[in-house]
Amino acid sequence: MSINYQTLSFEYRPCREQSGAEQARYPVIVVGAGPVGLATAIDIAQQGVPVVLVDDDCSLSTGSRAICFSKRSLDIFDRLGCGQRMVDKGISWNVGKVFLKDELVYTFNLQPEAGHHRPAFINLQQYYVEGFLLERAQEMPNLEIRWKSKVVGVQQSGTPGAQDASVTLTIETPDGQYPLCGRYVVAADGSRSPMRNLMGLDSKGVTFKDRFLIADVKMEAEFPTERWFWFDPPFHPNQSVLLHRQPDNVWRIDFQLGWDADPVLEKTPERVIPRVRALLGPDAKFELEWVSVYTFSCLRMDRFRHGNVLFAGDSAHGVSPFGARGANSGVQDAENLAWKLAMVLDGKASDTLLDTYASEREFAADENIRNSTRSTDFITPKSPVSRVFRDAVLKLARHHPFARQLTNSGRLSVPAVLRDSPLNTPDSESFEGAMVPGASCVDAPVHADGQPVWLLQQLGQQFTGVLFCGPQGMDQSTQAALDALRSGPVPLKLVVVTSGDAQVALASDVKVVHDVDGLVAARYDGQPGTFYLIRPDQHVCARRRQLDVSFVQGALKRALCVEGIA
Amino acid sequence: MALNTQPNLARPDDFYEALIDMHRDLDDAQSQSANAQLILLLANHIGDHLTLLEAMRHAREGVVDVSLQGARAHSLAA
Repeated sequence: MSINYQTLSFEYRPCREQSGAEQARYPVIVVGAGPVGLATAIDIAQQGVPVVLVDDDCSLSTGSRAICFSKRSLDIFDRLGCGQRMVDKGISWNVGKVFLKDELVYTFNLQPEAGHHRPAFINLQQYYVEGFLLERAQEMPNLEIRWKSKVVGVQQSGTPGAQDASVTLTIETPDGQYPLCGRYVVAADGSRSPMRNLMGLDSKGVTFKDRFLIADVKMEAEFPTERWFWFDPPFHPNQSVLLHRQPDNVWRIDFQLGWDADPVLEKTPERVIPRVRALLGPDAKFELEWVSVYTFSCLRMDRFRHGNVLFAGDSAHGVSPFGARGANSGVQDAENLAWKLAMVLDGKASDTLLDTYASEREFAADENIRNSTRSTDFITPKSPVSRVFRDAVLKLARHHPFARQLTNSGRLSVPAVLRDSPLNTPDSESFEGAMVPGASCVDAPVHADGQPVWLLQQLGQQFTGVLFCGPQGMDQSTQAALDALRSGPVPLKLVVVTSGDAQVALASDVKVVHDVDGLVAARYDGQPGTFYLIRPDQHVCARRRQLDVSFVQGALKRALCVEGIA
Repeated sequence: MALNTQPNLARPDDFYEALIDMHRDLDDAQSQSANAQLILLLANHIGDHLTLLEAMRHAREGVVDVSLQGARAHSLAA
């Protein structure tokens, strides 16, 4: 029996503060139970920190909304314990096709190589993503969700970052208002962010003069599981159309309408059905599942941290939908923030670490906005000459390969490489490949205890050290260094990657994985002795050709913004 | 790679004639499209990003009054 997540309603329950209990100061309050707020709350709770999640509503997303979830988001959902459900329900895809009129001009494969657990993307209605996250959240004893709890006031006190600093939210409920106090507050309350407004802040940028129609259509159809994008198709001349498959035989069709379209009129079935029929043919049988007309903006707050309030997801930044960079970047915000909050609250890192949440994710937002703006300029040219060049690219793309790389129907979400993060220890030795400090770790197949597993499943959640061990096994000094790292003040998970027939005898808390296909070594340029220090969010923060305890401790200090802790 | 603005065309007059001839019988929209396609083809052939930026800078300076942007105007004395 499948659950209709769109119709679920969650019960408001009065909380202890309302029955006169003593005011507690919670370590973290998360505002907004969308994908970003839920992911943040789960991740923080998984780190052992109690968290209160408040939401002004009592239901999940209405309509499919964000449907494309990237490999990076799936890797994160895996770490949060609900990735498999998403993949099982979702439609996996890797290939996109671009058509000019009715001619295929460009095909791209977002994951051309094998040896990854997760596909480049799944398509899954936002209400499923929220539903699966919510069910995971409900399993956690230290995560409390309060529905119909609307933030109507924000008051910060104390010096931001100091031990005794706090944020008091005024929460409005069906039973009236009460104050809710937290040391830190995560504002994941969406693009119209009441938190942002209450604090007198804004998110600035460009609004694009174009309108798009989303029609979610239920039908049996034979289109392949690919992203199809048309420029100027015969069934919708002079505009673009995007087609995506979703679970439950639902298809997302996105029609560009132009700025002059009437958003109310265009939502009526009398207008929508003929547009869909033009694409599917006169005899097609379908039902409209959800219809929406939208415009979009590329926006960003100047700073994502304001005192002890941290903004994440759409409240902090907004992009156009082409590229699937909205929800996916929000989930990456969540992951970046959760471990940092946990480390600060646990006293293992200084509050300065939270400044790097802001700087790293502001950098990522700029990258997403840049890519999104470029796609939008291609899809909706802003001037006559821009249109001339766009059309020239499309004409050339039919015959000339070079023009296909200029064809921009959306540059799909990939994780930002935090190359200049202050948390990185820069390389002092030479490495090949993409796993530079600041990059998020890529996956590879490995064996553990003789069973096939994936590398990413072994990394993250806490700081992880990955040591490459050659066929000769491990020498004594490396063994001693590994032992020293096990007993440091910041718990370090240790993973040893073996190759060939090497047999290593290690303490039981050291995970040994066998690089069966050599892909870990290839993707990480791992040579015998190479050591990687991985952050809890699976980003590389330091690496060395030989394991050196003082190097690792120095890198850890840097990654936690502390002196004298390791 | 700096942009070469010294004479480099193998057959300058033939090139110029061919360029004008490319637009023969085209209306304005078609000519604009042909120009745009030509620019894209040549840009790909050049490839080097800094060279292309330099060419675009020269082209823009050719239509925007650079003296208003604080740059020194070209001497026309010669």
